[in-house]
Amino acid sequence: MLFAAIDLGNMQPMAYLLAGLLFVFALGGLASQESARRGNLYGVLGMALAFLATLADPRVNALPVILGAVAVGGAVGAVLAKRVEMTSMPELTAALHSFVGLAAVLVGLSSYLNPGRAMNNVEHVVHAVEITIDVAIGALTFTGSVVAWGKLQGRISGRALLLPGRHLLNLSLLAMIIGGGALVCFAGEGAALGLSGFGWLLVIVGVAAVLGVHLVMAIGGADMPVVVSLLNSYSGWTAAAAGFMLENDLLIVTGALVGSSGAILSIIMCRAMNRSILNVVFGGFGATPAAASAVEQQGQQVEIGTEELCEVCLDAREVIVVPGYGMAVAQAQRVVDELCRTLQARGARVRFAIHPVAGRLPGHMNVLLAEAGVPYDVVMEMDEINEDFPETDLVLVIGANDIVNPSAQTDPASPIAGMPVLEAWKARLTVVLKRGKGAGYAGVENPLFFLDNTRMYYGDARKSMEKLVLAVKSASAG
Amino acid sequence: MTESGEAQGGQPLCIGVPKELTAGERRVAATPESVKRLIGKLGFRVLVEAGAGDEAGFPDRLFAEAGATIVGRAAVWSDADLLIKVNAPLLDPAAGVDEAAGARPGLTLLSPIQPAQNSALVNHLAAKGMTVLALDCVPRITRAQKSDVLSSMANIAGYRAVIEAAHRFGGFFGGQMTAAGKTPPAKVLVIGAGVAGLAAIGAARSLGAVVRAFDVRPSVRDQIKSMGAEFLTVELEESGEGAGGYAKTMSPEFIAAEMALFRAQAKEVDIVITTALIPGQPAPELWTEDMVRSMRPGSVVVDLAAAQGGNCKLTVPGENINWNGVHLIGYTDLTSRLPTVASRFFANNIVNLLEDMGGAAGWKIDLEDEVVRGCVVLQAGALLWPPPKRAAPPAPPAPPPSAAPPAKAGHGHGASASPPSRWSSVAALVAAAAALGLASVAPPGFVQHFTVFMLSCIVGWQVIWSVNHALHTPLMSVTNAISGIILVGGVLQAGAEPTSLAGVLGAVAILISSVNIVGGFLVTHRMLQMFRKGA
Repeated sequence: MLFAAIDLGNMQPMAYLLAGLLFVFALGGLASQESARRGNLYGVLGMALAFLATLADPRVNALPVILGAVAVGGAVGAVLAKRVEMTSMPELTAALHSFVGLAAVLVGLSSYLNPGRAMNNVEHVVHAVEITIDVAIGALTFTGSVVAWGKLQGRISGRALLLPGRHLLNLSLLAMIIGGGALVCFAGEGAALGLSGFGWLLVIVGVAAVLGVHLVMAIGGADMPVVVSLLNSYSGWTAAAAGFMLENDLLIVTGALVGSSGAILSIIMCRAMNRSILNVVFGGFGATPAAASAVEQQGQQVEIGTEELCEVCLDAREVIVVPGYGMAVAQAQRVVDELCRTLQARGARVRFAIHPVAGRLPGHMNVLLAEAGVPYDVVMEMDEINEDFPETDLVLVIGANDIVNPSAQTDPASPIAGMPVLEAWKARLTVVLKRGKGAGYAGVENPLFFLDNTRMYYGDARKSMEKLVLAVKSASAG
Repeated sequence: MTESGEAQGGQPLCIGVPKELTAGERRVAATPESVKRLIGKLGFRVLVEAGAGDEAGFPDRLFAEAGATIVGRAAVWSDADLLIKVNAPLLDPAAGVDEAAGARPGLTLLSPIQPAQNSALVNHLAAKGMTVLALDCVPRITRAQKSDVLSSMANIAGYRAVIEAAHRFGGFFGGQMTAAGKTPPAKVLVIGAGVAGLAAIGAARSLGAVVRAFDVRPSVRDQIKSMGAEFLTVELEESGEGAGGYAKTMSPEFIAAEMALFRAQAKEVDIVITTALIPGQPAPELWTEDMVRSMRPGSVVVDLAAAQGGNCKLTVPGENINWNGVHLIGYTDLTSRLPTVASRFFANNIVNLLEDMGGAAGWKIDLEDEVVRGCVVLQAGALLWPPPKRAAPPAPPAPPPSAAPPAKAGHGHGASASPPSRWSSVAALVAAAAALGLASVAPPGFVQHFTVFMLSCIVGWQVIWSVNHALHTPLMSVTNAISGIILVGGVLQAGAEPTSLAGVLGAVAILISSVNIVGGFLVTHRMLQMFRKGA
């Protein structure tokens, strides 16, 4: 209709194919920092192409409504993107997942009301099944992401809510969704069990919403990175389901890409905690109050003063910083960067060791350090740097706990046994910056704190670092 | 005696520091710095024999300034409650030598004793009712490292061994290329990579030599490499790991292979430093006469085990001899040749031990304490040595077999991470059957869409695994953005019937998904701008 003069019959699928390819390049570009920015640009181009090609569809009228909605939504998105603190990226991500879920539900319901073309009986049933899947995953993603957002914001307790018989509850909710789907098929143009097909779809949305809330409520705060990745995956699958429903290949391609991406992130996170995905989703792990480990802690935590730590910093030639969520909470990344620069200026080699599950989002620490101006070539992955700890003079553990816990390797009874960890204890000296004497998110006692070559530096990470930077700078100057 | 913190009329406990009488000894058991800690921090009084620190570079004046009282020999032995010494007291009844003759009854002595080899001395001191802590028997556990004089002295001996070798050797350690000719770097072989061996490796490396090191314990391979030396090994499956971090005696086959290795090395190396010792046994002979014979003239052998019989039988303890052009150094006083730093380390070891034992106020010989129990030889004349066997010696931490593999599996191709079990093949068959069944009833378009879906999953799977871990957050935000593609669905629905309920739902979907698209791409852009490479 928009470009009525041109034959659009073949151009639209071709435009969709190009858009799909551009999305693949966008994701592929993230293989390295150098190509990532160009990758993002490809993504924007792909999206613009897809949008224009859809507008050109002869079925599409009502341009003002569409453009108006895009303008409003786009403005909101731009403001969000501009204002968000990098420490709050997990919350923003969760919020955006919920939007995808909600949009999918709305499109699904709309598609039921207006299938867009006449359908025979078989096609109608297939369409009904597709809509059911779309709205169910969409609603689950929506409420699940809202709960995840609440947990990340701290508005909902981070502890896992473990209802009795929760597996049974999940199963019966799932059964209800399937049953509801069957009824939508039966209802056809009429009604089934007293409700129209649309009515049953709304029931399915409600049940799936409850399921989403319950699934995420049962997952503890320590597993949030996995949850966010999982919801990322769901948001992809829901888009793919919408693609089947609307017989639109671009939606299918994009949904499959996003779905795979989230699934892989979840797998990476789970491996980093040495747990299976089922264990994370259904295990209720994060809440089990650590059964007092059989191994009693020996020795005691030794504190270190600012002056002494300053001397240690000045003497160290090889330094590794291990940041954790505590650094993000205290917003200490800029001070940390400043300390590192000061030490580098004195000739020390300073690097960062990032555990895959540090923070509340995959790659969260990298973004925070990048924001603070830390060059990415000194920010190492666990596998790249773990062998270097024995030759390191000083390890600064900033607001991290479980990811440097040696009992993962030594104590088979530990809840985190077998989880790959950063071997900070092998360094000559490890200094742990910590708010207080509590256990980590997983509730596991950390023997690292009791070792002879470990010193504790208590206090808010940012204030502690500020004191330290001041001391180091005045010592360097003098 | 001094079970309580006070003696001699309510005065604080008194530590005596005599001048060492052992021939050639230049060290002293305290330094002005350690005296300050003994007095200020631990609350002792300190008596120092006049001239005790002269040869270590610590004149009496400095001791006095630190708070010690300078007295004569007799007063040190008779007035002190605790006596600290670098060497065991000399005892040779035949020659009429008895260094401890003037000790007051009930004196507590802290010094190296080697109780296994010196039973005559131990009996002699027992007869005087003395309490004796053998500093050479401090257990080799982490907590006691700060009091372990064997380690601190071995470190110094290893360093000095290289200096002595360099002194005798006729060339540079580091290679040089000059207008007057070139010279290759010296080749140094260190046998035994204990504390002394590692110190020797470090010293030789920093002088520029090419260093190789041999040890029967495979666990020290990494330590050797970390010091910059090449690890030589014998192709035989046998670990020389013995009790308490020392090596054990090896099988004849192993020794034969080891000797063959040494013979080959003897023709190549310029300097050999041997440090092989198993406590309580004579030193094993490792560097035989034929090896020395095959070395180039001008080469140097430093035998750190000379006092215990020598790793090379040709060395003469305490001497430097020239054997057919090869220098054989058997000095037994290597630590004493760095008297200042050796005294400082020794004194610090003692202060640390005294601090752990309660200082002056809380002084206690606590037999429950593993460190104290390990080194108490006599308590008020009663023989308490050897200490009862503790549970298993601290085995070297073997890497837990289960820990590493799962971490590694996370890269490359995740699909092959675990071998398919029977259940997964059953599941695959069921899925295939279901797919065929579905295709038989589904409309033709469905199969085509399904093809697209599966291929996209595979493409996504391959592409995402190659995403840099550091970019996982941008990955999530960019997938946030592109999953806003659901916008297309909204446009199709809203565009068709903008006024119906279906159209309104579609329009809201458009609005929401545009938040995702714009927000996702912008925040990704913002993040990617931050990632920058170091200068």
